[in-house]
Amino acid sequence: MRRRGWLIFAAPAAALFLAFWLLPMAELALRGASPVHGHSAYMAVVSTPRYWRSLLNTVALSLAAMLVTLLICLPVGRFLAWHRAFPGRRVLVGLLMFPMSFPGVVVGFLIILLAGRQGVINQFVQWLTGDSLVFAYNMGGLFLGYLYFSLPRTIGVIEAAAMQLDASLIEAACTLGASAWRRFADIELPALRPALIGAGAMSFATNMGAFGTVFTLGTNIDVLPMTIYNEFTNYADIPVAAALSIVLGLATWAVLFVAHSVAGSNERGAGA
Amino acid sequence: MSALHSKTDTRLGLAITLAVAAFLVGPVVLSILAGLTKNYFVGVSSGLTLRWVAQVWDMYDGTVWRSLIVAVTTLAVCLLAGVPAAWVLTLYRGRLARAFEELLTLPVAVPGLATALALIISWGTVRGLRTSTLFIVIGHVLFTLPFMVRSARASMTGAGLAVLDEAAATLGASHLQRFMTIVVPNARPGILTGGLTVLTLSIGEFNLTWLLHTPLTQTLPVGLADSYASMRLEVASAYTLVFLLMLLPLLVGLQWLAGLDARRTGAGKSA
Repeated sequence: MRRRGWLIFAAPAAALFLAFWLLPMAELALRGASPVHGHSAYMAVVSTPRYWRSLLNTVALSLAAMLVTLLICLPVGRFLAWHRAFPGRRVLVGLLMFPMSFPGVVVGFLIILLAGRQGVINQFVQWLTGDSLVFAYNMGGLFLGYLYFSLPRTIGVIEAAAMQLDASLIEAACTLGASAWRRFADIELPALRPALIGAGAMSFATNMGAFGTVFTLGTNIDVLPMTIYNEFTNYADIPVAAALSIVLGLATWAVLFVAHSVAGSNERGAGA
Repeated sequence: MSALHSKTDTRLGLAITLAVAAFLVGPVVLSILAGLTKNYFVGVSSGLTLRWVAQVWDMYDGTVWRSLIVAVTTLAVCLLAGVPAAWVLTLYRGRLARAFEELLTLPVAVPGLATALALIISWGTVRGLRTSTLFIVIGHVLFTLPFMVRSARASMTGAGLAVLDEAAATLGASHLQRFMTIVVPNARPGILTGGLTVLTLSIGEFNLTWLLHTPLTQTLPVGLADSYASMRLEVASAYTLVFLLMLLPLLVGLQWLAGLDARRTGAGKSA
């Protein structure tokens, strides 16, 4: 009972959250339902193929970047977890984690340096073949940008999970004559599943909402954050921007929620 | 342990790890070189110069100071609101507390654009607020508060603090006294980590800030986007270099704290 006196200590955080996020979000959702030309903006969003294309583009690109990220991070995370002491390890890990805190705009600029008109890739290809290769300002560049900011986060999660792996299980499988591939597929992969799902969901959600990178790379990349921004600034169509934001927010949150419960039930299953 | 993994496994892992490191670090090195080169189109052979950095400072020093002010103010609010909330969430582990914690993390999960739009729609009409730096601080607090709460809570759980707190209460100490003399000192590592995380995130925040800013309240990332769109490659690179230099001490601090934490828990295990 004595603890009850503490509740007031949560009041500032609760008040801030209520006043500046929950209520404004509710208002945003309502604004999306306000009528435009006789329909609510949600109806307009649902019935316009242009918005559907934008949403599908966003989902497809985010999903592809997430899958490639996991595919790359799996061997990296395993390697780092299994080799905990070698010369230069600290430097290597530092280099891998350093870009984690770069904002999307900076990532966009780095992609331009890499694959833009004056980028190293273009210069190399020109030197090699005489043709030019520039893909920073379209979906290709954005894909590379998503990879860039997903990789450091995901490597850390997978490395931590691989460190927790019970080596005696693999030893036992080894003694029983299981091949390297079987040990990986039957022991390591199931054990890493919750981490893979969690990291994948985080990467997907970040990709879905990433705005800074798209903004730097170019306004003609057709993904949802860019569409929302254009509706808001170029057409001042606030109801549609609001409706699209709610759709994007719900889609992102739903993915996180599903991944969370799938990974959670898996953990419980492993415990039982 | 590595004997359990085949040679091909190890070689492949090392090769991919090095490739990823090159992909991540290569562009940063390019950017630093470009910011210090006289003429990037000619190459480093044209000579090194600090001219572009000086030009960036002339044009954008206001954004650097504003970003610092925003970050420090955000940190202050996060400390005042987040640390007490973390303690309450440590004491109460009921359904309601968990729901509150989930809700608090929503601004991180939901795209920043949506949060910014919601803020503009509902608070943008308040006189003076829309044009003040405070508007950006509000956005940053929403985005960074969950990190402070999570980090502080990590230091509060499992330290037997609840028992200490009960004992102090029996001796007649007030809530505020107990909070300041028992909870905060014991949660210092987590609060420090949370604080550095808040500063790092705030200095780099763009998704919210781009919609919330006005021409008179530009922060560093907003200035970066502006320079990427309109300046020469060298100027944009030099500005990126300034940003990286601001970020570096925070990252080193975080790394150091993480190392300290690992050593402490490692020592705890062996003892």
